Amino acid sequence: MNPEVTILYDIIRWEEKALLKAAEEKNVNVQMMDCKKLSVDLDSALPDNPGIVVQRCVSYYRNLHSTAALEGLGVRVINPLNTAVYAGNKLFTHMLLKKSGIPTPDATVAFSKDAALEMLDTQGYPRVIKPTVGSWGRMISKLNTKETAEGIIESREKMYPIYQVHYLEEFVKRPPRDIRVIMVGDEAVAAIYRSSKGGNWKTNMALDGVATPCKVTQEMEEMCIKAKQAVGGDIVGIDLMESSDKGLMIHEVNNTTEYKNTVKVCEVDIPSLIIDYALSKVVK
Amino acid sequence: MSKCEECDADISIPNDALEGEIVTCPECGSSFELAKGSDGFELKPTVTVGEDWGQ
Repeated sequence: MNPEVTILYDIIRWEEKALLKAAEEKNVNVQMMDCKKLSVDLDSALPDNPGIVVQRCVSYYRNLHSTAALEGLGVRVINPLNTAVYAGNKLFTHMLLKKSGIPTPDATVAFSKDAALEMLDTQGYPRVIKPTVGSWGRMISKLNTKETAEGIIESREKMYPIYQVHYLEEFVKRPPRDIRVIMVGDEAVAAIYRSSKGGNWKTNMALDGVATPCKVTQEMEEMCIKAKQAVGGDIVGIDLMESSDKGLMIHEVNNTTEYKNTVKVCEVDIPSLIIDYALSKVVK
Repeated sequence: MSKCEECDADISIPNDALEGEIVTCPECGSSFELAKGSDGFELKPTVTVGEDWGQ
């Protein structure tokens, strides 16, 4: 009997185990599929129907390409390929958020070191440089001075070409925290504050940020629904900042969101909600 | 219980462990992926953070 839901993973974290447990508790016919063991003949139908695939690969490239292969063969993947493409890239997301009228930090892209430094001379410091593709706060730097910018941008010129697309964002004045909202469908099911630790201006959980519950306001939920729709997603994690002069703004949409800390502090059964959502997409 | 191949400490494997799960040595912090062997789970050295990992 073919599974109703397949959880596609490359490593098993708390999130993937919790999804499996939630599915089993609901007597869902669920399959765990290790993407590292997967090969897909792109020119033939899949030998077995995996049902709805909940994409949980932590590797960006594995996630993106396995979604493309499966979706291309007619499988419903959560999230769809377009979401993986758009939400996986900060510049693409920025353009879609802007187009949807969602407040987001001002940003500029420059395609060489000289163009980036010239732009910084015009716009001033500080500015935040981010890889367009990347997670967990990796390689995000606050450029306080021209000397810092020259050093960091010069080092990027020696790296893989994606790091030579210089995405420069305004440094948003805010409390030392941001907000992660978990969207399941069009519902903001839970949110946390992610507060930085030890004076770090980055608030990522991967950098030892501290999670506390955050009440989802109507404004927050409306913004998040629009952002989720802008990237065409099903289940996403949306990051917001509380700008001291511009109010709430969305700076990131996460395609394969982590939610362990949100479940822990908000006591919302997100894995169960995700499985219910996936089941609602099963074609009867 | 398995032995850490880096420092020989005992690593306990949870009862609800799954193939592909990451376990960490409590002594030296080395990470291993659980792989199915002929006699239960074996520990396979693994990377803890890949260059393109994230959400």
